[in-house]
Amino acid sequence: MSSTQNTPMTPGIVSGRLPADAIADNFDDLHAPYAPHEAAVAADRCYFCYDAPCVTACPTDIDIPLFIRQISTGTPEAAAKTIFDQNILGGMCARVCPTEDLCEQACVRELAEGKPVEIGRLQRHATDTLMAKQSHPYDRAPSTGKAVAVVGAGPAGLACAHRLAMHGHDVKIYDAADKPGGLNEFGIAAYKSTDNFAAAEVDWLLGIGGITMKYGEKLGDNLSLDALADAYDAVFIGVGLGGVNALRSDGEDKDGVRDAVDFISDLRQTSDLTSLPVGRDVVVIGGGMTAVDAAVQSKLLGAQNVTIAYRRGRDAMSASAYEQDLAASKGVHLMFNAQPVAIHGNGAVREIELEYTSDDGTGLKGTGETVSLRADQVFKAIGQTLETSADLALEGRKIAVTGAGRTSRDGVWAGGDCASCGDDLTVTAVAEGRDAAEDIHAALSA
Amino acid sequence: MADLTTDFLGIKSPNPFWLASAPPTDKEYNVRRAFEAGWGGVVWKTLGAEGPPVVNVNGPRYGAIYGADRRLLGLNNIELITDRPLETNLEEITRVKADYPDRAMIVSLMVPCEEQAWKDILPRVAETGADGIELNFGCPHGMSERGMGAAVGQVPEYIEMVTRWCKQYYDKPVIVKLTPNITDVRKPAAAAMRGGADAVSLINTINSITSVNLDTMSPEPSIDGKGSHGGYCGPAVKPIAMSMVSEIARNPDTHGLPISGIGGITTWRDAAEFISLGCGNVQVCTAAMTYGFKIVQEMCSGLSQWMDEKGYTSVEDVVGRAVPNVTDWQYLNLNYVAKAKISQDDCIKCGRCYAACEDTSHQAIAMSEDRTFTVIDEECVACNLCVDVCPVENCITMEPMTAGEVDPRTGKVVEKEYANWTTHPNNPGAVAAE
Repeated sequence: MSSTQNTPMTPGIVSGRLPADAIADNFDDLHAPYAPHEAAVAADRCYFCYDAPCVTACPTDIDIPLFIRQISTGTPEAAAKTIFDQNILGGMCARVCPTEDLCEQACVRELAEGKPVEIGRLQRHATDTLMAKQSHPYDRAPSTGKAVAVVGAGPAGLACAHRLAMHGHDVKIYDAADKPGGLNEFGIAAYKSTDNFAAAEVDWLLGIGGITMKYGEKLGDNLSLDALADAYDAVFIGVGLGGVNALRSDGEDKDGVRDAVDFISDLRQTSDLTSLPVGRDVVVIGGGMTAVDAAVQSKLLGAQNVTIAYRRGRDAMSASAYEQDLAASKGVHLMFNAQPVAIHGNGAVREIELEYTSDDGTGLKGTGETVSLRADQVFKAIGQTLETSADLALEGRKIAVTGAGRTSRDGVWAGGDCASCGDDLTVTAVAEGRDAAEDIHAALSA
Repeated sequence: MADLTTDFLGIKSPNPFWLASAPPTDKEYNVRRAFEAGWGGVVWKTLGAEGPPVVNVNGPRYGAIYGADRRLLGLNNIELITDRPLETNLEEITRVKADYPDRAMIVSLMVPCEEQAWKDILPRVAETGADGIELNFGCPHGMSERGMGAAVGQVPEYIEMVTRWCKQYYDKPVIVKLTPNITDVRKPAAAAMRGGADAVSLINTINSITSVNLDTMSPEPSIDGKGSHGGYCGPAVKPIAMSMVSEIARNPDTHGLPISGIGGITTWRDAAEFISLGCGNVQVCTAAMTYGFKIVQEMCSGLSQWMDEKGYTSVEDVVGRAVPNVTDWQYLNLNYVAKAKISQDDCIKCGRCYAACEDTSHQAIAMSEDRTFTVIDEECVACNLCVDVCPVENCITMEPMTAGEVDPRTGKVVEKEYANWTTHPNNPGAVAAE
């Protein structure tokens, strides 16, 4: 297809709907980094609360008032150390955390004025400053002679590996992909992780030393937990949720219907966004962050009409109000109480048929009334699932853990999205990886 | 709208806001802009004796202290008196006064401590038509090392002597500007009064080093790697200035001596506070240097609105109203008992009151699991620290207890009668209550 002549109106799934400069603008940093003056003004707003609610709200317990005070007194490097002490992926979390649901929601100035201290952007200011200056700020403890296998090079695995390496253990990370980062690399909206930040962050993190990587190794495929448990003193599993839920609607197999996570991964991995095809009329099924990321980025690529269809009401949507507003501001249509019943089209999708729903307190039900939306591309964003449990006990559809990530098998820990604790957030995964590492360290030191 | 016209020593001005002797009043151009903006008067930047003008440094003259968002709280300077020829200043003063006859024009002076020097300059100042003079006995840097400025202001006998010369050779009002860089401001004020001063103005700037450059290890403002103390002014000095003003206002020796209040006046409210402590008018510098001359409009509208709300019809009505309430600690009512009260509706749960009280004071604030902060009356001494550190105005208040109630901290009934330290049983020097 001839990408240069396409427009948002071009039918079908085509690339180059917008000029290169427009696409570059669209995918620029969602929040530009603070200039030093902006950081100073923002930092001045922090009240240095006692036992601050923002810290309580942070899954990694970063001492936020302290790091903001360190910024305000001209030492963003010290601020970054305060952050990294708790969260070695503080740079990515500063970019992708739903701060509006976490620290900034808890900020007392949110209560006082409806305008919280911009903690996420301040965190980025600090972490960017230190990462630009210093190759790696931590030293390893003397070698313990112990070796730990970490399965999954996503946020949980990286945080776990780093903490273990700091304590002097040797770590080998196995990942199914051909590069590290997990969802940081493949699953975050491009405008939240610009300039290849995810990869740069992993390089920086590995600066601790003592961590080796092995790619193309998939648990339950060419990698067995038994073998790992035999070969290592401990194993941490942070494989995330590799599977994707099915719609179970007629026509799901038609051309133009695909998983939103694959589309988002393509967006992150392509070297040229103008070459990435997107539909004219895009419908995204789902109500979470993945749905929003897919919808917004479709719009930013130049899709003419983008609709998020969610089967429940707005209140139940797991994407935050901030994310919903972001989608709306980019021109995404948010449609609530509509569930897919069929996808029509001759080979390729032409339209999607949705049924309105209601919930009278006895569960969500279709009303029987349907509506059809024109669609040449449909993204499924209705959740991911665990691909393999490696014979570990499950809780619901995730690996059951107790305490700091202990699984049903001795010597095996798990954390992140694959484990049965906490929200499916980058920052939660980091906290779980870190805490599991401390528990592993304690066990290996006993 | 309340009438802000002020009569200070017979000098009328449309409002009580004068610009203090300082850079904003160094030349005709600035002063005309000030009058156009609405200032009631100016004290022209200090003139020195005839001869080669003084020289200033050619590097930074000012240093600053900031609050949040770089709000300027304190400014210091190492600038000297006017560095322009005497004749130029006198010509400009004459022209401006002629063009603005309704505004107060005061000329600040600083010449050597010799009678002839004053005898020489005073007739020339008189020729300008200015309304009065202000004797700069306060400048703490540069000039004081040459036996002028604060070097005079720190010796009451010199103040009295020079003031007397001025009253002898000049027939309009003489205002003596006092330095705060002394132990007891009542002494120089009384000396000025003995010398015949019509008024005192205070405070001049305070000896200060605002910061040290930690790279070069030089005080700021730094001149080629060295710094010198400068004169400190701005909002940060207001409490010091008001205390000194009040001491003069309530001292029997100087009570009734007109005062022109200076020191960190930034808003109408600051001005009203100075006036209530006995000032017949106020002088402003740092606020104008920070925000420009336009601030006088807020000062006028604010003072006027407040006076209307309170039923004051002239500035004179307000002068000294708070003076009777300034007393010595020993006369404070020890039977007055208050307790902090936290408004849960206004509380934003920052916990600063808790940290302050728990770490540094009386452990009189309780914090619950859900971050509800409440005062423990059994421990609260009403120190006010929680009020002072709370980011929300009026969220925490000090509520007086009613006579007859039992103070849960002491277990004693709150007495209705006033009782102070002078009669307190713990005071070895107590006298029986009369």
